[in-house]
Amino acid sequence: MSDLSVSVAERPELQALWHRRSFLELDARARAFCVLDEGTGSEYCGPFDRIESPWLEPQGLVPQADDGVVVVKGLLAGEPCVVIGVEGAFQGGSIGEVSGAKATCALQLAARDARAGRPISAVLLLETGGVRLQEGTLGLNAVAEILSALLELRSMRPVIGVAAGPLGSYGGMSIVAGLCTRMVLTREGRLGFNGAQVIESEAGVAEFDSSDRALIWSVNGGAQRYATGLADALVLDDVPAVRRAVITAVAAGVPEHHRSEELGVLAARLSAGDGGQARFSLTGLGIPPAPGPGQGPLAASHPGAAQQRGAQS
Amino acid sequence: MQTLNLEYHATGSAAGRAHVGVVGSGDLEILFEPGTDPTASVRVRTTVDGFDVVWRRVLDAFFAHHPVAGRYELNDFGATPGIVSLRLLQVLETSRRPAGPEGSGQ
Repeated sequence: MSDLSVSVAERPELQALWHRRSFLELDARARAFCVLDEGTGSEYCGPFDRIESPWLEPQGLVPQADDGVVVVKGLLAGEPCVVIGVEGAFQGGSIGEVSGAKATCALQLAARDARAGRPISAVLLLETGGVRLQEGTLGLNAVAEILSALLELRSMRPVIGVAAGPLGSYGGMSIVAGLCTRMVLTREGRLGFNGAQVIESEAGVAEFDSSDRALIWSVNGGAQRYATGLADALVLDDVPAVRRAVITAVAAGVPEHHRSEELGVLAARLSAGDGGQARFSLTGLGIPPAPGPGQGPLAASHPGAAQQRGAQS
Repeated sequence: MQTLNLEYHATGSAAGRAHVGVVGSGDLEILFEPGTDPTASVRVRTTVDGFDVVWRRVLDAFFAHHPVAGRYELNDFGATPGIVSLRLLQVLETSRRPAGPEGSGQ
């Protein structure tokens, strides 16, 4: 036991792990408030406004009073900021007509303020499987509206995305993540367009084995997304660490070119990363190759998955 | 999905409204607003049909010990009786707190 305590004391990364306050264990509302400066947040269109989805009850599903999206406005490092949090526990964090309209309105009002000389940034806490299938085209439309509102605001003020939890950000909402000015991920977070089960059901288990968690995280996981330049910060699952990363991302301002506009860079990365056995060793990108299994965040290439992949190709 | 409406005689009062929980697997959301009538009116919406008797027993037991007047809205996604009782107690605890900016305890 004494050996353990000595080694923890000597290793700052273990100290951080030991003393952290988990961000993932908070629900969307608590996450939204704790990102903002303490005591400055106020919620808009909250559960007691009872703007719930009208489409769930006729389908035998119980609605939630806030439809799974929380909008909180306050200060971030002393500057105005609106946080839009998606509750992953309700209907898989799916975006329907009402929850989408809440997010869109928040972004549009922020853009209106920014245009009127009252700059306000936005933070999206994404924990979502994408469009709510039960609401069909209304859900698709809702995500399209979020996208256009985001594009409007990001030309004036940063829109920062955070995908912290294992649900991650998928489907239409991964396009939202892709358009964000900057993305903050944790190792537990995931980012992808089609989820593993969707890929498996469409293309077969040989293409993507949705029961292989190590494989999934090696492709869609936070460490991988950060290493391939699809995210700007990789942080510990810790409230102060997430908050610091968000503050840094907002302070960096509006870039000349957004990631989503750098098509040449993205295409080059794709062709470099998509070839042969080098699977996700990113040597061609100027990123150091992955350490051996279990030695670092890019333990992506865990031996089982690599062998399996090799056998298939 | 099933909706149940129940009423209890309740003379206790609460300081403020409360919102707890989430409509997620094995859990429920409760919205509580204190009222002036000596009544606790409860609406339960649950995804699981046919548990009327269990709901009645859980709520009977709760209001026998805590007859706090007001309107209770329960949005349930398959919570067990134990979870329901804990969330109801959390409502009382949250409604006693001075209203913070979050207005919610989870």
